[in-house]
Amino acid sequence: MLLEVPFMTKDNLDIDIKRSDLNRVPLKTRVRPYLIIAPSLIITIGIMVPFVMAIWYSLTNYSFRLPTHKFIGLDNWVTMLMSREFWNALKVTLMYGLISTAIELLLGLCVAILLNSSNNRLSKVLRVLLVFPLMVAPVTATIVWQLMLNSSVGIVEKLFNIFRVYNFPWASSPRTALMTVVLIDVWINTSFIILLVLAGLQSLPKSPFESAKIDGGSAWFNFKNLTLPMLKPSLYIALLFRLMAAFQEYAVIFALTKGGPGDTLMSLSLTAYQKGFKFQKFGAAIPYILVLWLIINVAAKRIVKLQRSAQKQASGLGE
Amino acid sequence: MKKLLVVLMILTVLMTGVFAQGSKDAAGGAFDPSTAKGDFDWKMYAGEEITVLFSDHTYADAVEAKLSEFTNKTGIKVSYSSMPESNYFEKLNVELSSGSGSIDVFMTGAYQSWEYATAGNLEPLERYYANPSLTSKDWNYGDFIPAVINALKWDLKPGHPVGKGSQWALPMGWEVNILTYNKNILAKKNLAPPKTAEDLLRVAKALKGFDGSASYGIAVRGTADWGTIHPAYMSLYTTWGAKDFEVVNGKLKSQVNSPEAVAMTEYWVDLVKNGGAPQWATYGWEMCGADLGAGKAAMMWDADRGGYTQNVKGASAQAGNLAFGMIPYPVSAGKTEADMKSNLWVWSMAMNSDSKKKAPAWLFMQYFTSPEFMLWSGTEGACTDTPRTSVLNSAEYRQSVADAEGYYEAFSTVSKNASIFFTAQPYFTETTTEWAKTLQELVTTNKYPSVQVAMDQLKVKMDSIVADLDVE
Repeated sequence: MLLEVPFMTKDNLDIDIKRSDLNRVPLKTRVRPYLIIAPSLIITIGIMVPFVMAIWYSLTNYSFRLPTHKFIGLDNWVTMLMSREFWNALKVTLMYGLISTAIELLLGLCVAILLNSSNNRLSKVLRVLLVFPLMVAPVTATIVWQLMLNSSVGIVEKLFNIFRVYNFPWASSPRTALMTVVLIDVWINTSFIILLVLAGLQSLPKSPFESAKIDGGSAWFNFKNLTLPMLKPSLYIALLFRLMAAFQEYAVIFALTKGGPGDTLMSLSLTAYQKGFKFQKFGAAIPYILVLWLIINVAAKRIVKLQRSAQKQASGLGE
Repeated sequence: MKKLLVVLMILTVLMTGVFAQGSKDAAGGAFDPSTAKGDFDWKMYAGEEITVLFSDHTYADAVEAKLSEFTNKTGIKVSYSSMPESNYFEKLNVELSSGSGSIDVFMTGAYQSWEYATAGNLEPLERYYANPSLTSKDWNYGDFIPAVINALKWDLKPGHPVGKGSQWALPMGWEVNILTYNKNILAKKNLAPPKTAEDLLRVAKALKGFDGSASYGIAVRGTADWGTIHPAYMSLYTTWGAKDFEVVNGKLKSQVNSPEAVAMTEYWVDLVKNGGAPQWATYGWEMCGADLGAGKAAMMWDADRGGYTQNVKGASAQAGNLAFGMIPYPVSAGKTEADMKSNLWVWSMAMNSDSKKKAPAWLFMQYFTSPEFMLWSGTEGACTDTPRTSVLNSAEYRQSVADAEGYYEAFSTVSKNASIFFTAQPYFTETTTEWAKTLQELVTTNKYPSVQVAMDQLKVKMDSIVADLDVE
């Protein structure tokens, strides 16, 4: 998206300016607007160059193995769209993103409400402890979880044995692999939701709740008609951040199973990584990333629109 | 108008970025070893500095332990780094493809050298060791075990066997794939160490849960990558009489759906399902070795040094209880001991063709593959898979491995028939990754009605991957 630069023109000034008059304005003054926007322009270009290059490379047979590359049109795109691999990757990406985000939002909201409802020492300690998973790198957390879930040495296996459940497959079976990575993702990222929602809860005005208390509103009434509508903007922000990150998730899946068993966890980002860095076929890998970008772009725009509408509602400015 | 100018400015910069191609610094990367003249002198490149990238391994540890001695001897400084194998090759791919020559010497495997050599990333080494001005007369190329040194020679023609063409790398160590078993566990269950594939299946099944629910018969690799195919699976696959590719009308055609390949794979799936680790699909060599050492796996079929390192005193709970066997051969397929074949893995070091320090890099490679260094690494440096004949036959080496019951016999017997049984081609990583995924699906799902159907589909995938290769 390009920046709109407000130039001085005849249209937006109520003065009849002649071109000759403009030329009498010192050069420094005329150049100033460009200098002001230059840093953001450089950053924009810095972001756009790799993006445009990626689109170009997706139309070539670019590979680490070949000394040069040539334009092949839409071959990579057609091959991708006609492959079972792509549709599987799309399904895995959407399922992983939507399921993990939904659980994190729900869990995060419940925990934040509980933490907000009391202000004793325990809740203060919990607020600190619950942030801990955010301080651990996703790969480290995944490796620790892998050890905990291991059937030979894992503590979770020992706990399950108490309930006479033995050798639970976790990430080694297609039936339970997705559930396992979602579990790890929820452990890592729910803290983020808790922090955001807690901040939102603490910024809510007190007077509506006091009025509801006087009128004898129940806890569920307060939550449904007061808390939730006013909290929606914060929830949409949390949803935006988590969904974008969840769609792009790579580290947890790679560290756990590298996309296996079979193609069970081969998301769009993991498939692109495998094609690009393992198989060295960058031209074939980039379309997967561009499709991912499109999905995130569309989802983000929709959520931002919803968030703005919720913001207006929460501030009483209507629909 | 001015808005239009800004837009045009941005587009110009973008298009410049898209179409500007970095050019290789041809002058920096070019070095002709035949131009080196005069007497060989270890100090002839004193003052230079080279960059080395290795994968975490005992071979790398042995080199790192002697870096200061190398610098003292040659005056060449070494900027050394290593990283875990699981991400090593991806990191290396990016470094080599940049063409920057940021790494001078790196570790590679024989199979990966096919891909790198085809891409022009490897410097051919024969002109270096053939030049007495660049190579010490003590270095002795002929002392390398032929199967091992030849595994790193290839003429870059897909389908052609290794052993001919340029020397792309030098061996640091090599691995054959033998059975390691826990003597005590087998003895407790009155089971003899398996010699045939049928024995192995029976014993593995009998040992499932031998010490609680998490214990099992045999540890083999199962992750979705080439590492699952190349050790035990490929060794038995070849022993069974199966091949990965054949040349048909000038093209490589996968043979993974042949009767031998299907029979072997059916056996393998049965072995893993009924005698393998409960979480096999997430198991790499580290987990296999860890389970063997912890006494959770009664046997392991993997690289010889995987079992050897678990048996070193103090290395694991089961150290001292492990013994070594040969390749279990399939009697049902009409095979005998004489048909035992082990696939070979050779960790090696190679020179970046874009390196700007090729001569000093060659001195580094020469030093750390010399008979002197390898005698030390093979005896005191825990690198028991020495690629040098003189070291293998030395009294010091035999003494150092004497405590590992059956190790020397198994290693030296299996080594006679060890080779790289994969067809050399530059899409090795991709074809074996698909192969590993199919194996995972066969073990963990009911996706395919039969192994034949699965291997038929795998054949189609593999054929399409190699379709653009022409075999001369």
